[in-house]
Amino acid sequence: MLRLLKKTLLTGIVTEKIKAPTNDELEQLGIEIKRHIDKKFSGSIAIREVDAGSCNGCELEIHALNNPFYDIERFGIHLVASPRHADVLLVTGPVSRHMQTALLRTYEATPNPKWVVAAGDCAACGGEFGISYASCGAVSNVIPVDVVIPGCPPTPLALMKGLLGLMKN
Amino acid sequence: MNSTTANWQTAFFNQLVLKGCVVERISIASAMLWQIESRDWQLFAEQGLEEQLRWVAGWAEHNQSQFLVNACFEKQGLYLWLRTIITAEKPELPSQATVYPAASRSERHTRDMFGIEFIGHPDDRRWTRHKAWSENSYPLRKDFPVQGTPDHITPPDMDYPFVKSHGTGVYEIPVGPVHAGIIEPGHFRFQAVGELILNLEERLGYVHKGIEKIAEGRVPVSLARLAGRISGDTTVGHAWAACMAMEQAAGISIPPRAAFLRGILAERERVANHLGDMGAICNDVAFIFAQMQFTRIRELWLRTNAQLFGHRLLMDRIIPGGVACDLTDTGCALIRQDIVRLRNELADILMAVDLNSTLEDRLYTAGYLAPELAAAYGAVGYVGRASGQRFDVRKDAPYAPYDQISFKVAVEAQGDIASRFWVRNKEINSALKLIEKFIDLLPPGDIMTAWREPLAGSESLAAVEGWRGEIVSYVRFEADNKIARFYSRDPSIINWPALEKLVLDNIVPDFPVCNKSLNGSYSGNDL
Repeated sequence: MLRLLKKTLLTGIVTEKIKAPTNDELEQLGIEIKRHIDKKFSGSIAIREVDAGSCNGCELEIHALNNPFYDIERFGIHLVASPRHADVLLVTGPVSRHMQTALLRTYEATPNPKWVVAAGDCAACGGEFGISYASCGAVSNVIPVDVVIPGCPPTPLALMKGLLGLMKN
Repeated sequence: MNSTTANWQTAFFNQLVLKGCVVERISIASAMLWQIESRDWQLFAEQGLEEQLRWVAGWAEHNQSQFLVNACFEKQGLYLWLRTIITAEKPELPSQATVYPAASRSERHTRDMFGIEFIGHPDDRRWTRHKAWSENSYPLRKDFPVQGTPDHITPPDMDYPFVKSHGTGVYEIPVGPVHAGIIEPGHFRFQAVGELILNLEERLGYVHKGIEKIAEGRVPVSLARLAGRISGDTTVGHAWAACMAMEQAAGISIPPRAAFLRGILAERERVANHLGDMGAICNDVAFIFAQMQFTRIRELWLRTNAQLFGHRLLMDRIIPGGVACDLTDTGCALIRQDIVRLRNELADILMAVDLNSTLEDRLYTAGYLAPELAAAYGAVGYVGRASGQRFDVRKDAPYAPYDQISFKVAVEAQGDIASRFWVRNKEINSALKLIEKFIDLLPPGDIMTAWREPLAGSESLAAVEGWRGEIVSYVRFEADNKIARFYSRDPSIINWPALEKLVLDNIVPDFPVCNKSLNGSYSGNDL
């Protein structure tokens, strides 16, 4: 236990700060996100992530949003376990035909008002997989999309920027 | 791949002939292909099992009026590539799944995609096919259009005949395809009594994206991009396997510097994923300290990737003929510094992890995969190596740059989640040493060999050790530098069935950590 506390203390807070001399734009982005979230969602937003056919690359970067450097929860953005708890669906991948109904049902299970963010090149336009017998291509071919975050995969910073785009709508 | 015919292959060949099996040996690219009559397909498997061959992969190919059915086996680092040819009028042959359980899903996949019947298969249910195409159409036949004829909305696969159980107190838990975490989609059907898991059945195929079909007609650069997206966490591994197969088929060899850079990229990918997994295993038993520490050091590692190679996950760094990025002396120095820092961090964190009794409680003895079972399923990578299966392509069938250095492969026989955790740690240590050696030995020179268009019909089979384990890629070219057939066997295809076994007699709440300790790729499995 002492070792654990020691490591925690010695690690300190690595979360990237405002006015960091490295001019990291992360914090600024986060603050802007918070301002927009405040307006529409009283300070918090719940996101349900849905992999509709991704290669798992986007998931790795979405995971990274919760690491101590980005710590997205400090801006009131929570990734939640059920669409019933969600304000926003964050959808990755081209929508595989085998996931089409599951995505539609997840969308229906999300209470109104709701927003959809399509994250990654595949979700944006079908990416490397496009439309085929097995893939519906872009997320917008299946459910209405409010914001698109390009990138293969989008970096955690790009993901934050994309959420900002959602708030400005 | 090693093309020398070792003693066991000669003896095995003679034994097959003795059993009345008609075998023809054909040398293709760098591998040796054994072609047999379709009636002997199962006989070969029976003999192979007796010879203790490991079943590696199975795939087919449609060629006008016939189907080429392939299987790959391995023993002592030597691969044996088996083929039979059957007519399109009567596409059937005896099943190998009756002998090798590992072949079961592969044969179901081939049946769904080609309409080839494997006679005597112990499980005649569909596998890859849900409802996106009809029962009597087969996407990988050449006359099936890539666009298919899908419904406007593909219905869910509601009537899949799951195994049923009856009896007092037995109940079912359906999970997925949409899971509660940020993970890939798949369905798990549990039968449980109280909290105890009686049976688990996996139903995958939800992220089937038609990769094999859309690979056809691509040029090498484009196939490498696609292969790099078979499983996003294994982008280096799959791109390397696909490029190696294409390079062998085209008869080109990559510059030594490119081989070493590929080695550095592959080991960096291994470290990044193991760090993520070790954190996630701890997270699944609610030990958040470790999750935060591991994700922190993983992030630092990925930032170095972005700084030196231009991509956090190293996508599209491996291209046909070599690599897309070089490493400067300052870059090498930075990597060295990084490794020193990572070792120090890991020493701190692992000390705290090792001494934690709650982790010990949850990870030791849970999710036990017996070595015999791991051998029967041919488990690969850290799943196999935590259950006594020593095989590692880098060591046993070495390719450049692994053929030029010595290193240790970590093996444990304990077979539980803790073992799969600590094997990952050992693999990180070995990967860090490998990266240092690669930097020491990094030869000067080009990082690319000019591409040479292969002859129509050229084919090859390649194997590399991805971070999850052995990846096997098959490529055949047609005219104009285009791909006629591509198949890639992700290690997950082999390891997924082991999960169904290792969760038995565990409690349902331990399923997430059992699953994470194996961490199969859904996308790599579904293709």
